[in-house]
Amino acid sequence: MTALLEVRDLATHFATRTGVVRAVDGVTLSLAPGEIIGLVGESGSGKSVTGFSILGLVDPPGRIVRGSVRFEGRELVGLPHGELRSLRGRRIAMVFQDPSATLNPVLTILDQMRLALEAHERIGKAAARARAAEILTRVGIPDAGRRLDSYPHQLSGGMRQRVAIAIALLNRPALVVCDEPTTALDVSIQAQILAEMKSLARESGTALIWISHDLSTVSALASRILVMYAGRVVEEGTVGDVLSAPRHPYTRGLLDSLPSLATPGQDLRQIPGAMPSLSDPPPGCAFAPRCAHAVDACTAMPDLVGAGGRGVRCHRPLGDAP
Amino acid sequence: MREATVKMSVLLGTIFNPARRLPGGQAFDGDMLGYFLQRLAQALVVMLVISALVFAGVYGIGNPIDVLLSPDATQAIREATIKAYGLDQPLWVQYRDFLLRLAAGDFGRSFVFNMPVLELILSRLPATLELTLLAVFGATFAGVPLGMYAGYRPDGIAARAIMAFSVLGFSVPTFWIGLVLILTFAVTLGWLPAGGRGETADLFGVPFSFLTLDGWSYLALPALNLSLFKFAMMVRLARAGTRETMLGDAVKFARAAGESEWTILHRHVLRLIAIPIVTVFGLEFGSTLAFAVVTETIFSWPGVGKLIIDSISSLDRPVMVAYLMLVAFLFILINFLVDIAYAALDPRLRAARAR
Repeated sequence: MTALLEVRDLATHFATRTGVVRAVDGVTLSLAPGEIIGLVGESGSGKSVTGFSILGLVDPPGRIVRGSVRFEGRELVGLPHGELRSLRGRRIAMVFQDPSATLNPVLTILDQMRLALEAHERIGKAAARARAAEILTRVGIPDAGRRLDSYPHQLSGGMRQRVAIAIALLNRPALVVCDEPTTALDVSIQAQILAEMKSLARESGTALIWISHDLSTVSALASRILVMYAGRVVEEGTVGDVLSAPRHPYTRGLLDSLPSLATPGQDLRQIPGAMPSLSDPPPGCAFAPRCAHAVDACTAMPDLVGAGGRGVRCHRPLGDAP
Repeated sequence: MREATVKMSVLLGTIFNPARRLPGGQAFDGDMLGYFLQRLAQALVVMLVISALVFAGVYGIGNPIDVLLSPDATQAIREATIKAYGLDQPLWVQYRDFLLRLAAGDFGRSFVFNMPVLELILSRLPATLELTLLAVFGATFAGVPLGMYAGYRPDGIAARAIMAFSVLGFSVPTFWIGLVLILTFAVTLGWLPAGGRGETADLFGVPFSFLTLDGWSYLALPALNLSLFKFAMMVRLARAGTRETMLGDAVKFARAAGESEWTILHRHVLRLIAIPIVTVFGLEFGSTLAFAVVTETIFSWPGVGKLIIDSISSLDRPVMVAYLMLVAFLFILINFLVDIAYAALDPRLRAARAR
């Protein structure tokens, strides 16, 4: 099976006054058509910037400095602006974290959906309205025909995010990058949207990259997980493998800090310390300063080793014989 | 048959239902009428307060009797005149009489021109109106696109040039620019006239300069002079708004949907930055209309600004009072229109108001 998306050694750096911030530093991932993968990590791990880099939406001073993004056989890094624009929204779409910030507050839902449609085709008013209503119904918005004339502030947070998802799905893209789309929502709404996204993706054969800091939402949705830390993928594998037998100490730490896995009444286990500065990272493994298993060898950068989509970037992976 | 009846009732329902929805989701109902009435009441109170303040203030400036009479008038004539104008009455009586006349629509007669004040002001207003409209609209239509461009490409050479020019417009005083304009275009180059209103043509019985080519040549310099400051302000507002909006998620989301930069700028960003622009537009329009004094004086433009300056120096009380009340009225009107524009521009404000 040929991959829909192949990201190789992608690096996106931000030239700031205090130095170069290596937000993404050598990410490699691939995605089959219709596949759902989770990109997990804490704030500042580079997961969102990875998503933006795939769409070529990195704002200055950020820049893709290295690597390649091949999508449907085309190299996207260095693609002329116009061609990239015509892919965005049509073949690759994106959903953002905060729906109250992404929708334009002064345009009706219909107007915003029409702009997204008109970006890629000439479409009459009536046809656009019909398409918009149809897709709103599909993402679970009741009374879609009437909702089209609403403004974002007249909808609840969950409804707004459904509208944003509808806009992303409007042109039937092959890939949707979802940047923490349920983080800002109630838990009950989260679950609904997760279930709907999963069935929508399955129905339409759309591949998803689900970016989240929340391992439990990702595990409910994705078939594979990539764990990111300080701009690099530190562990990847199927959901089952990563959750039941994590090999990187960081993944282990993330799992241990999940409330659902903790014994009631006991303090949650935290990962000590904070993520290192991305403009001046420590030499070698970026997690070493926080790692209970670190040894002298960890001052050298470990490679991502493994086969068959199961890999770990660690000198002393868990589960190995000592 | 039954279907037709249903259609008919739906149609009638749309027409007669008082809470029917206007385009844009705005409910037109009792709330809206209440809002208008409330604003009207506020306006009346403000006008009353303004009239009292202005009347007392103008009363304090000095006695206009010396302006009214020639220096060789006899004491008898003097006293008769004082009596005729009611200047011997206490202030509150004069104010009461003024209000009573005002209620009948009479602002009094100008001491100097000896004609009804309202007529006098209205005869000068069109000149100021066309000058102000040209200046404010010109500044907006030039300043907003340039400012948006400067905000869109803040590091480009063009953006820097635009900003440098706007600093100039902000910091150089109007009277000096006016003099430089006259010196350059009227004296040295001789392209445009230095002052006056030029040939006018009538529209609805009111003379306007913008209807003739000759009139335009007279309008150009004062309008340019008046608009520079406003242009600079519009540039800065549009630039700041655009810069902020371009970094927001709404723009990023529109880009992720594949919308072109042009669509994003004129469909998303322009709408999002419109509120402060409309606010400043209204304020500037009002204050320019009322106080285009400097420019009108420099370019001998026969508008209301020149009229008020002349009436102050000659202590022409009725003109001053009526003029300042007119100014207050204009501001109230403009603020009201700006409020309506807000509601049209931002649906969130419509919702807040209906509550």
